[in-house]
Amino acid sequence: MATFLAISRTNAIHALLYFIVSLLALALVFFLLGAPFAAALEVIIYAGAIMVLFVFVIMMLNLGAEAAKQEREWLRPSGWIGPAMLAAILLGEFICILAGKGLPLAEAGMVGPKAVGAALFGLYVVGVELASLLLLAGLVGAYYLGRRDEAQKKGGAIP
Amino acid sequence: MRELLWLIPALPCAGFFILTLAGARLSHRGVALIGAGSVGLAALLSALVGLAFITAPPSSYAYVQTLWTWLEVSGLQPGIAFHLDPLALVMITVITAVGFLIHLYAVTYMGEEEGYGRFFAYMNLFVGAMLTLVLADNLLLLYLGWEGVGLCSYLLIGFWYRDPVSGYAARKAFVVTRVGDVALALGILLLATQVGTLHIQDLLRETARQWPDGSPLATLAAFLILGGALGKSAQLPLQTWLPDAMAGPVPVSALIHAATMVTAGVYLIARLQGLFTLAPAAQGAVAAIGAATLLLAGCSALVQRDIKRILAYSTISQIGYMFLALGVGAWSAAIFHFLTHAFFKALLFLGAGAVMLGLNHERDIYRMGGLRTRLPLTFWTFLVGAASLSAFPLVTAGFYSKEFILAQAWQSGGPWLWAAGIAGAFLTSLYAFRMVFLVFCGPAKGDVSLAPSLCRDIPLLVLALLAIVSGFLETPRTLGGLSLLTDFLRTGGPASLPELSLEVRLQLIASLASLAGIYTAYLFFRKRPRLAEEPQSAVVRLLHRFWFSGWGFDWLYHALLVQPFLWLAKINRDDFLDLIYRATAWCAAASHRALSRTQTGQVRWYAAVIAGGTVALVALAVFL
Amino acid sequence: MSAFSVQFGLTLAGALFCLGLVGVLVRRNILFILLSLEIMLNAAGLAFVVAGARWQQPDGQVMFLFILVAAAAEVAVGLALVLQLFHRLRTLDADAAARMRG
Repeated sequence: MATFLAISRTNAIHALLYFIVSLLALALVFFLLGAPFAAALEVIIYAGAIMVLFVFVIMMLNLGAEAAKQEREWLRPSGWIGPAMLAAILLGEFICILAGKGLPLAEAGMVGPKAVGAALFGLYVVGVELASLLLLAGLVGAYYLGRRDEAQKKGGAIP
Repeated sequence: MRELLWLIPALPCAGFFILTLAGARLSHRGVALIGAGSVGLAALLSALVGLAFITAPPSSYAYVQTLWTWLEVSGLQPGIAFHLDPLALVMITVITAVGFLIHLYAVTYMGEEEGYGRFFAYMNLFVGAMLTLVLADNLLLLYLGWEGVGLCSYLLIGFWYRDPVSGYAARKAFVVTRVGDVALALGILLLATQVGTLHIQDLLRETARQWPDGSPLATLAAFLILGGALGKSAQLPLQTWLPDAMAGPVPVSALIHAATMVTAGVYLIARLQGLFTLAPAAQGAVAAIGAATLLLAGCSALVQRDIKRILAYSTISQIGYMFLALGVGAWSAAIFHFLTHAFFKALLFLGAGAVMLGLNHERDIYRMGGLRTRLPLTFWTFLVGAASLSAFPLVTAGFYSKEFILAQAWQSGGPWLWAAGIAGAFLTSLYAFRMVFLVFCGPAKGDVSLAPSLCRDIPLLVLALLAIVSGFLETPRTLGGLSLLTDFLRTGGPASLPELSLEVRLQLIASLASLAGIYTAYLFFRKRPRLAEEPQSAVVRLLHRFWFSGWGFDWLYHALLVQPFLWLAKINRDDFLDLIYRATAWCAAASHRALSRTQTGQVRWYAAVIAGGTVALVALAVFL
Repeated sequence: MSAFSVQFGLTLAGALFCLGLVGVLVRRNILFILLSLEIMLNAAGLAFVVAGARWQQPDGQVMFLFILVAAAAEVAVGLALVLQLFHRLRTLDADAAARMRG
């Protein structure tokens, strides 16, 4: 529900806030599924860091009332038809796939953080290293791309 | 001597090669030396070989020289081999002698033209091909020479290739003779498959042995061969190309279209006379076509204005006489007329060339006049030629040869053919002297400027002499009874001769016809020229126009053949196969256009397409 | 511990994914497109966690962590690019950046 609202708001901040709501709800779902680690991660990283980034950028860009108006005119109902149909088809396909299998939850156990940690540093240690490399690359890229000094402006093209 | 036989066709071919490769770099003198020289040498050689042949005739009455075997296919083994018998000897002597004289004439006549080397190269190739045709001992080699002369005819008629009229005339000549060539090829194939050999002497022996008189196979083969001869010799119904072929230079017309190539058909029939004897139907057709053609062409020659066209129609008509002779079985008469005709027709063409050159390329005889005093040598030689053409009694060669044919026509062909011949003789002298009177006599029109030239005058004189003297090879019994040619040719001569008094009467009638023509021409074109220049009634005018267009054959062929073909070509312009190729190209271009439209550069569009594609794939995975 | 069945979880993940997809396709503002992209990533992660819970293994959560890492990196770089775009083109319209077409 919140997600639907998130995608349909005109004001960026409103959309963000709705999204945060949906993230929190998902975290609850995770917890209910017996994955507390994932729930914690969701709240801390996703809702905490990524959304905060979004908020920062929106604030930086200083989108005011005209932006909201622009959004309104961009978001005409006729624009929704195509994607809605596409999504509906996709959803239908998912349900078709799942319809056959009736798999109830087997055990009601919980996969605790300890187990996840063991797996991370046991089986998936290479993946962890790679992920850290990815983060490093993202850091460097974001830093470089976010510069706005005079040299860039004179250069002309986006470096 | 016999070993040098191969040089006779080889020398002009060598001249052709040299001139093709180096002609542009040689000076005029060098080109003339090689061009005329090669033919001159060939003439000398033929004379020597002929002398050896006459003085010491070989046992089989033929020289045979085999060079090598050309092909070997399913039992046929045609070779490159030459067979010289009296018929071939006469032909090569005429071809090389007249050819040399014409080459000599062309040395100065074509002196101003660009493409001098090219001209002589083609002329040499022509002489080489013609000699191959005549000396060939099998039909395949003959066909090679046949095609060669056809090619050279095309090349030489279209010598001034920048002029579209020349190009059209060359193409027309090629296509019309092509029709004949197809018939000839079919005839050769028929003979090859039915008889199993293409060697001419063997062929004639085998067919005489195997096929009865009048057998359908022989008749079919003879008719097909006749078809080929009709094309090359410009007889009915394939005669339309020759008048237009006058678009080529004068030496070309003299050599190819008067003396040699057009007589290739006559040679072919004479060579294969054994076959024609087996097929009387075909032989009758030969005579009938000859008679019809000579009358038709004679009428057309009467009303032409272009001096060369008159001579062209005259050639068609005279070859009609030769065909007439062949058709009634008078083989040596036909060859005799070929001999004399070569001389006087070449003479007439060369003389016409001198006239045209002097009047700055003027061709219309109504714009010429009074050249008798201004071009005396040309006048006298031309007069000799015209007299020979009209068979002026007793002194000209034409008289003897034509007389011979007419006597045979009466004897073996019946009165109708003879009557056609007599009418033709009258027409011939009429149009010949119309030409003489209009061109050389009467008031002078136009300026004359002709540089004197030995190269031009010598051939005229020599040919004039020959046009008189060559007649004495064969004289009728009442006037000396010489039969040098018939004896030499050793072909089946006339079966029987008419009795003496009848023969004298026939000769008188023939002479009268010729003289009457001359007198009528004098009447119309000299004494009272206005009578001819203003055709009176509508009928006469209609007739005039009909004859002028060559009895409407051009129009007929255009309507029957050319128009439908053009129509077919036009509707087939976007033909089926073409459409397939174009459709392929169009599909490629259309897909390109369609695909380009997807490259919008807009992110959302790309995202949508990706999403749509993914959904489709998932659907595929789910439902299949 | 719960009455959630796998089907329910996966359906939820699917629905969220579709919503995110709709968002990507509909909105023109680049920021919203990025936001919807996050929604899609989140949904994918949910699917993994559900699967991991089904089999009582930590692998699902490990995968979820990796997805989260990827999302974080992507957001960082993406937002930096958005900032650049805004400075160049003075607008956040996605269609405005269509000059590299063809």
